[in-house]
Amino acid sequence: MERREERVAYLFLSPWLIGLVVFIIGPVIASLLISLTDWNLLTPPNWVGLKNYEKMFSDRDFYNSLRVTFRFVIMSLPIYTVVSLSLALLLNQRIRGMYFFRTVLFMPSVIAGTAVAVLWSILLNPDVGVVNQVLGAIGIAQPPRWLASRDWAIPAVILMGLWGVGGGVIIYLAGLQNIPPHLYEAATIDGANASQKFRFVTVPMLTPSIFFQLITGLVAAFQVFDVAYVLAGRGGTRASALQFYLLNVYEEGFQNGRFGYASALSWVLVVIATIVILITFRTSERWVYYESEEGKS
Amino acid sequence: MRGSPSLNPSRDIVMRRLRDDIVPRARKTLRLLALYAILLLLCGFVLLPVSWMLTAALKPDNVPYFSIPPQWFPTEHFEWRNFEIALLDPVRPFLRFTLNTLIIFGGNVVGTIFSCTLVAYAFARLRFRGSGFLFNVLIITMLIPWQSQMIPQFLLFLELGWYGTYLPLIVPSFAGNAFFIFLIRQYMRTFPRDLDEAAKIDGCSYFGIFRFIILPLCKPVLAVVVVFMFLSSWGDLLGPLIYLNNTDQFTIAIGLANFATRYNPNTNLLMAANLVMMIPPILVFFFAQEQLIGGIASVGLKG
Repeated sequence: MERREERVAYLFLSPWLIGLVVFIIGPVIASLLISLTDWNLLTPPNWVGLKNYEKMFSDRDFYNSLRVTFRFVIMSLPIYTVVSLSLALLLNQRIRGMYFFRTVLFMPSVIAGTAVAVLWSILLNPDVGVVNQVLGAIGIAQPPRWLASRDWAIPAVILMGLWGVGGGVIIYLAGLQNIPPHLYEAATIDGANASQKFRFVTVPMLTPSIFFQLITGLVAAFQVFDVAYVLAGRGGTRASALQFYLLNVYEEGFQNGRFGYASALSWVLVVIATIVILITFRTSERWVYYESEEGKS
Repeated sequence: MRGSPSLNPSRDIVMRRLRDDIVPRARKTLRLLALYAILLLLCGFVLLPVSWMLTAALKPDNVPYFSIPPQWFPTEHFEWRNFEIALLDPVRPFLRFTLNTLIIFGGNVVGTIFSCTLVAYAFARLRFRGSGFLFNVLIITMLIPWQSQMIPQFLLFLELGWYGTYLPLIVPSFAGNAFFIFLIRQYMRTFPRDLDEAAKIDGCSYFGIFRFIILPLCKPVLAVVVVFMFLSSWGDLLGPLIYLNNTDQFTIAIGLANFATRYNPNTNLLMAANLVMMIPPILVFFFAQEQLIGGIASVGLKG
């Protein structure tokens, strides 16, 4: 190993290394310290020890935002996984006009969350919105009241997310097209029918993609903000039914000026998210199938 | 007499035709029809809301936005002035917001391309002690939720006097973005090693190899990076919300979010503004579909 090459390498890495210290490691440590104070920017910070963490146990907003976020995670991940997987299988068919269908179905996935939320909050108007008119037309007498209802607000957010499910579909589609054809040929020779091929070839070969989507989906689900900000911004039922965790952190910190408490809240979220992600990794050994890394770099 | 043996063969022919040819063909056709029906239904789920939005955006103020049955296509009213109002209204000038967002995007492009290509080059093509460890660190930083840094970063930029400027939204990009570094590094690894070796023998410096050999080959992956960056800069709400306090500086995401939540907007104007926000990403999607899909797919496969 040349010493010159090494020196040059660290020179090339320096923007990232500096950023790592200034924008990531430093702030992460600082936020731990800030979470032990009652800083509000107007007066110098006071050391309060673990008081901020104790306070959470009696904070309704904290419990509510935790419940909203977990409800969303538990309801949305299975739905998104099943829908985007089925959609990928559908779009993997070789039929005329598929390019058109793919283009249309992928399109909403590039639209920003704010715009999607604004559009669907109008479409989902419980009395005159088009969604309930369509539901009424196909015979559903009492359609859900969506964002105006405590129970249906989160399903409404999930419905909006389904509109932009294309990003996940692309990952599954790439996974499907990456399955070597000889596996299907071998299965055919062994006398497997279509559903057996799906069960024993397609699904195992897709598990790495499913796992990847699950992890990125979890990380994203804990960080829902745009949709919550737009929809809960007006107060009322929505404000509590859609009080996602990050929205609560934002409000405590940047609206109420409780930077110490908000830091503590974000630490708790980071710890919870890390635990959930680690558990998912732990279970993955049992169900994710990796091809041997031979010949890959 | 009926049922004479001579008729049996013709019945067999009919049955065989049915079994081997007509029924399978019919099944295949039915399957195809069902497939198209499902796909068209899904396209309706995607396109009808957009078309309804355009219809509503083109209605004049005195026409009800919600009609029963709903109006899906703009047939009667074409009030294009609504877009003019949305873009130029002095209270919330979306044209200004668009330009502001593009300024931030431009700054991010410069910063990201500068830093991420340098760092990716070191990870992809240089040998140094600690490379494996630092690469693991890079992967971990992709998973650390931004919230854990949000408040201290805000306090840092406040201390520097950058609150109310675009600097907090642009400067961090000069320190690189883990995801883009990863993407570019994966791409750079695919070039043959001989390229570097040959250039080195010719007396080219490491920076020369990077600048004149590796970087020009990276155009495709940089296109992917720029497309992703556009979508994230365009849609970012939380960052601008924290750092900007002056309407003149607002980005399109804040403009729209405020319009929808703080005022009681006319639906036609809100839908016009929403289209202003939706159309650029959709255009980018149509022109850069290959890059976008290729980029997402490669992340999913190699990640």
